[in-house]
Amino acid sequence: MDGKRPSSFYILAAVFALFILFLYGPTITIGILSFQGEGGGLTFPMRGVSLHWFAELFQQQAVGDIWGSFSRSLILGLMVMVTTVVVSIMGGLAFRKKFAGSGVLFYLVIASLVIPSILVSLGVGLIFSQSGLPVHWATSGYGAQLTWTLPFGLLIMFAVFNRFDKSYEEAARDLGASPWQTFRFVVLPIIAPSLIGVALFGFTLSYDEFARTLLTSGSYNTLPLEIYGMTTNVTTPVIFALGTLTTAFSFIVIGVALAAFMLFGRRRAKQGSDAGKGMV
Amino acid sequence: MQAQLRKSLPQAAIAWFLASPLTLVLAGFLVLPIVMIVIVSFWGATEFSIYPAFLFDNYEFLLSSRVTYAVFLNTAKYALVTWAITLVLGFTVAYFLAFHVRSLTWQVALFLLCTIPFWTSNIIRMISWIPFLGRNGIANSALISMGVIDEPLEWLLFSDFSVILAFVHLYTLFMVVPIFNTMMRIDKSLIEAAYDNGATGFQTLTNVIIPLTKPGIVIGSIFVVTLVMGDFITVRFMSGSQSANVGRLISNDIALLQYPSAAATAVVLLITVLIVIGILLRFVDIRKEL
Repeated sequence: MDGKRPSSFYILAAVFALFILFLYGPTITIGILSFQGEGGGLTFPMRGVSLHWFAELFQQQAVGDIWGSFSRSLILGLMVMVTTVVVSIMGGLAFRKKFAGSGVLFYLVIASLVIPSILVSLGVGLIFSQSGLPVHWATSGYGAQLTWTLPFGLLIMFAVFNRFDKSYEEAARDLGASPWQTFRFVVLPIIAPSLIGVALFGFTLSYDEFARTLLTSGSYNTLPLEIYGMTTNVTTPVIFALGTLTTAFSFIVIGVALAAFMLFGRRRAKQGSDAGKGMV
Repeated sequence: MQAQLRKSLPQAAIAWFLASPLTLVLAGFLVLPIVMIVIVSFWGATEFSIYPAFLFDNYEFLLSSRVTYAVFLNTAKYALVTWAITLVLGFTVAYFLAFHVRSLTWQVALFLLCTIPFWTSNIIRMISWIPFLGRNGIANSALISMGVIDEPLEWLLFSDFSVILAFVHLYTLFMVVPIFNTMMRIDKSLIEAAYDNGATGFQTLTNVIIPLTKPGIVIGSIFVVTLVMGDFITVRFMSGSQSANVGRLISNDIALLQYPSAAATAVVLLITVLIVIGILLRFVDIRKEL
């Protein structure tokens, strides 16, 4: 192909640029508006620039229990993340072998992904209330969120293991490694970068989850529930300040995951093949 | 042969052991809850409590109410319009990334740029439309200052328009990712062969690329359609509680503690969604696509 780009490239590039603007524009707007002056409202013009609305977030009585719900979301996110990683690895390994019921389990995973979230929320809530168990974010909420994060984790593991070169394991086995050793010292290091992806999905999907947590979190809200509650009774830019902070937090988490992913890649490149580098 | 037989039994046991946590989670938090919903959909309810029974009242009321049909129709409308827009938009974006961006680094970078919003909060992303679409929002001010309109448009926020805009904003990603994924697997020499045989760009698109991208399109469609059909929060927030869909019907019943009635609606919704997925799955074998 020659270097000159067809005219369709420029049209599509413009569409793509508009799409990116469409994706990020609103978020950037509330980012700007959260620095609204003290007398400002929910939209432009800006009446001065201030940190007033951020300061308001730190005054407990002004708006709900933000920091409590944030710490609950954080803990729950970490719980869901660890579980998602472990269960997805195990499930991914299981699906490489043939076992009775694998077809049913596979379709359950897909069903878990496409089933309307409110059904999971309602069903889990009903089971807990009818059996007399208290709904709590760390029990019923945790389980309900796993039905959302596990399918993503497993789909990543399927993709990983489909491209996995089995000869590495065979080599390990031929050299006398036990199945556990093969997994721990051969398979795990190879799939490790993808696990960062699984962890990222596990944490962020839990941290932002709303519908499946709604009826399963009990009397203590997670952050998305708290924010949703605020939308009905808070009419000041304080909600933008909260939105900006939590989006910034998400960006940090994504940034850390990407950095870890690249670090892995670089380390691997350094430690990787030494073909042609000596002993010739 | 014997050694193989002896080995194969523990292999299955190991597989079951490895699959057991997944099975337990899905059994306890997906299958049981659905079973529970089906059971409760036959229960009775007073104003304050629900009681076990085997009644068809909930279904009878649901299926004889005109509201139900109107709401299901509205839900279908949202799903169809959102599906059409996200398909065209998602396909265009994926097509640009897969065939017009030439270096892999740029492809990955731009792809990430598209997917990052997926890892941020949906609620915040909905809220962030308010300063845009409000009566005194950016869209209205811009249109007025350009002289296109004299008075602010009322239908920008809290309308069907804003609901669909939010759906497209939230869910186009679910189209882009699978379509991009299948496009990246298309052998580039097929496209060159089409050109060499004199196909125009458009002919290549319709005769080569679209057929080969079908699995991605179907998977993306399943995502978007089921997400929109099961949604209740976007419609409630973006319509300012002025429009209804099935999800809102369920959540309203829940708010009134009418769980049996909510469960009956949920069962009907589930059946509808499963039928739609069943139809879509006729076009693709998911297990082969992974």
